[in-house]
Amino acid sequence: MSAAGGLRRRRLRLLAAAGGVALVTGCAGAGALTSGSDGGTTIVVAVVSNPQMTDAIALADDFTEAHPDVDVDFVSLPENESRAKITASVATGGGEFDVVMVSNYETAMWAENGWLVNLQPYADATDDYDTDDFIAPVRESLSHDGDMYSVPFYGESSFLVYREDLFDEAGLTMPERPTWPEVAELAAEIEAANPGMSGICLRGLAGWGENLAPLNTVINTFGGQWFDEDWNARLDSPEVREAVEFYVDLVRSHGQAGAATSGFADCATRYGQGQAAMWYDATSMVNVVESPEDSVTAGLNGYAPAPVAETDASGWLYTWSLGIPSSSNHADQAWEFIAWMTDKQYPYLVADELGWERVPPGSRTSTYEIPEYAEVAAAFAEPTLSSMEVADQDHTMAAPVPYDGIQFLAIPEFQDLGTRVGQQISAAIAGQISVDEALDQAQRYAETVGESYQEEDVS
Amino acid sequence: MSTDVATTAVPPQPAASARATVRSARMEGWRRRAPLLPALVFAILVTQIPFLVTLWYSLNSWNLVRPGSERFVGLSNYADVFADRVFRQAALNTVVITAGCVIVAMLLGIALALLLDRRFIGRSVVRTLIITPFLIMPVASALIWGTMMFDPLFGLVNFVLTPFGGGEYDWTSSAPLVSVIIALVWQWTPFMTLLVLAGLQSQGRDVLEAAQVDGAGAGRTFRSITLPHLRRYIELGVLLGAIYVVNTFDQIYIMTQGGPGTASSNLPFYIYQRAFLGFDVGQAAAMGVVVVIGTIVVATLALRLLFRSFAQED
Amino acid sequence: MATVDAVVGPRRRSAGLLTVLTWIIGIVFFFPVLWMVITAFKREADAYTDPPSLIFTPTLEQFRALFDAGAWPYFLNSLFATTVSTLLVLALAVPAAYALAIRPVKKTQDVLFFFISTKMLPVVAVIVPIYVIAGRIGALDNVWTLIVLYTAMNLPIAVWMMRSFLQEIPAEVLEAAAMDGATLRQTLVRVLLPMVAPGLAATALICVIFSWNEFFFSVNLTASQAATVPLFLVGFMTSEGLYWAQLSAAATLASLPVVIAGWVAQKQLVRGLSMGAIK
Repeated sequence: MSAAGGLRRRRLRLLAAAGGVALVTGCAGAGALTSGSDGGTTIVVAVVSNPQMTDAIALADDFTEAHPDVDVDFVSLPENESRAKITASVATGGGEFDVVMVSNYETAMWAENGWLVNLQPYADATDDYDTDDFIAPVRESLSHDGDMYSVPFYGESSFLVYREDLFDEAGLTMPERPTWPEVAELAAEIEAANPGMSGICLRGLAGWGENLAPLNTVINTFGGQWFDEDWNARLDSPEVREAVEFYVDLVRSHGQAGAATSGFADCATRYGQGQAAMWYDATSMVNVVESPEDSVTAGLNGYAPAPVAETDASGWLYTWSLGIPSSSNHADQAWEFIAWMTDKQYPYLVADELGWERVPPGSRTSTYEIPEYAEVAAAFAEPTLSSMEVADQDHTMAAPVPYDGIQFLAIPEFQDLGTRVGQQISAAIAGQISVDEALDQAQRYAETVGESYQEEDVS
Repeated sequence: MSTDVATTAVPPQPAASARATVRSARMEGWRRRAPLLPALVFAILVTQIPFLVTLWYSLNSWNLVRPGSERFVGLSNYADVFADRVFRQAALNTVVITAGCVIVAMLLGIALALLLDRRFIGRSVVRTLIITPFLIMPVASALIWGTMMFDPLFGLVNFVLTPFGGGEYDWTSSAPLVSVIIALVWQWTPFMTLLVLAGLQSQGRDVLEAAQVDGAGAGRTFRSITLPHLRRYIELGVLLGAIYVVNTFDQIYIMTQGGPGTASSNLPFYIYQRAFLGFDVGQAAAMGVVVVIGTIVVATLALRLLFRSFAQED
Repeated sequence: MATVDAVVGPRRRSAGLLTVLTWIIGIVFFFPVLWMVITAFKREADAYTDPPSLIFTPTLEQFRALFDAGAWPYFLNSLFATTVSTLLVLALAVPAAYALAIRPVKKTQDVLFFFISTKMLPVVAVIVPIYVIAGRIGALDNVWTLIVLYTAMNLPIAVWMMRSFLQEIPAEVLEAAAMDGATLRQTLVRVLLPMVAPGLAATALICVIFSWNEFFFSVNLTASQAATVPLFLVGFMTSEGLYWAQLSAAATLASLPVVIAGWVAQKQLVRGLSMGAIK
């Protein structure tokens, strides 16, 4: 595992992300000029450029070899851009994409709008494609009226990774179920013991899928809520204020440099390069932090459940899944591709080509029963699964709310509302405004949304 | 959107048409207009029709991700736009970015043009070096500045500033507007330099020599002869620069994403966000209309100026 | 740099100093470009070091990797969109400029104002309808959509520029052609075109620069089939880390065509940038 080898590997992945178009098909991008020249069907797959997805793009030869009549074009963009493009396309019936990467946020809403193809008949008709094998909370979060409208590629909760080696050196112990104040104290101590290192890495980049994801779990466990059961916005409540102040203080005093613009990817780099001692984020981080080629921390990590305050648990539930927009003209081929990418056999392909630690986690129970995977995943399989099991509103929230979702609100307005609130938080992390100012503005945004639901309830 | 400017500059019709019958005059008129029509029709179709649709959208409440939400709401989108603090901030940022970039680039451009307006070894090489930033693809230059120049750890800017007490300053999050303006100034200074240089070189040598004979110092010659001569070139540069810089999108999209928070959003980027991240079509359209009206007001004034300084000599 | 003579007057010395200063400024200005090109020939490991390294073994690995990984389609799309839209712009703008410059119609100024005002219309104000309309007629992610928009984007500049070039043609030349009974088309092709060839080149250069570099329409209206070079570059924002060498190689390649064109045609550049106002 030389540094150079790691770099080569990572570059390859980037290339897959950047130039995925022709990686698979050779000259697919020129399709507009020479369209249909090869006679086959071209499906366009839009994905988020996370590590597991870029791995899948790199492996797509395996699919095209088995399906010579299907060409696959990938559009791979960072989360915010990708979501914007996919949503705009699906909502307007733009028809640019045949397979889209969505999540448990969109699936049920879009299924209800008739924007997604019902995948249950396809799944039932495909041999050995066992939908009951999907981890239960994940499967349920992607279903509408009992049918799956998208199928999970990977699932995640959130937990805390920390450098066991550094904690041992400094004589510190991570509690079995840490609370947030304990984590803040540990961050200060570990930072004091390791000058030049930040105590913890937390996302600050604006976006409902970026900084709001970890922050909302903190708000939840501190007893806060976005709306009460009557859709009154509650972002000005003392609980929310305390939670946000805690988060912003922690990241400003013991967080990474450039916190206001760092998202999952930046934290992955920083923690992976040994610049941070703890990191609270998605359980899917294991693909990076346990990969000897991408990270200097492989094998040195300990894992603790998502830190809590008032509640028993606080991890989120999230799954990146694949669906077919109703506007696609190639639903059959699209399904073949989806089935390839979410099949029970896919982990073996990843393991053969890239290694077991790169297998997308958290979607199928069968993956955890593979002995080789269990061995590699010994450190994190159990924390991942147990986090996911309790990732529901009953375990992670102190007060009842009128919406679905833990780290997001499953309402169409949240994409916008969350982004705007995320911007305010990001500005507070950058020190440009105070937490109070950020929350005042956020509360006003939320009130507008809440009012539209209150009107609906009356009428 | 045509503007009613004095038509004094329209040349008189040829005398021949006076003798002609009404009918052939009309035909002649069409013959004159015919070559113009394809371009005119094309421009109207492609630019004006979408704008009319924007006007219509701006009177509706329509969230793209809430099907069936489309309904007529009159002017309420406009009321929301004017009440939106972020919109006002974005408008202010647009002014700051445009003015900051154009003024700094113009000052640098004048200085560089004066330096280049001399004979020296390798003059054309230096000129070539200086215009290159303008030719670099804006997306590429934004990526270069956002990463290799401004990175807190490995960036060149911090490295260069280390001897002067610069540390791991995080440019794009601590000073997002300044970062964007620096990248823009870098891109637009060559443009200003070239325009001013053209002005300097169109200046009669004899006038300058006469001034020298009269014993005027370099400073005075510059103030009383060169600067007045350059004035219309400077005006032109400021105007054209402003037209382009006011629509800056690439640098913001790539370097700061309008952040942290909304600290570096300008109007194009904010409207883009409202439309393609917020999917609030009605509000995005209303913002677009407000921006167009603002632009028309400013641009009409600017264009009059442009015409005044360059039309007479045609 | 040249002034090392023994007898250096104060004037001479200050001229020498100014030359050195000019050179230094020129190099400082160019440095980010130079750095980009240098980095493009590094391996990733050499690209991000503190302090930045100048000594390394150059490699072509990054460029090879770009093409292996499919930069071509993006370049082909950009090339196609740029070429076709530039030709279309010229085809529309030359006759229009002719009508405005040589055989002025009534309200010439109004028409000119109309054209330039479309250039000032912020594109962001019309992107939503364009997106929705393109979606309805199935024109998203289609290179022809970009061509139409690029043509509209460059048309006003081209009309203004070509008008200014055509105005320079002495009236006698045209009168002579008219006396010989030449038709409009003959006048255009045989008499005018040769005389305004440099103007055409300048106009084309400006159109090429703006279409090649265009990002906003491309990022909003294309996905994969019609994606252009700037979009290829944006792919590097996805980084799960730092890939400066790769990024630099891509940025260098993406900028190269326009940089070379601009270097070669410096004179036309000035006139083009001022929409023909500066001769």
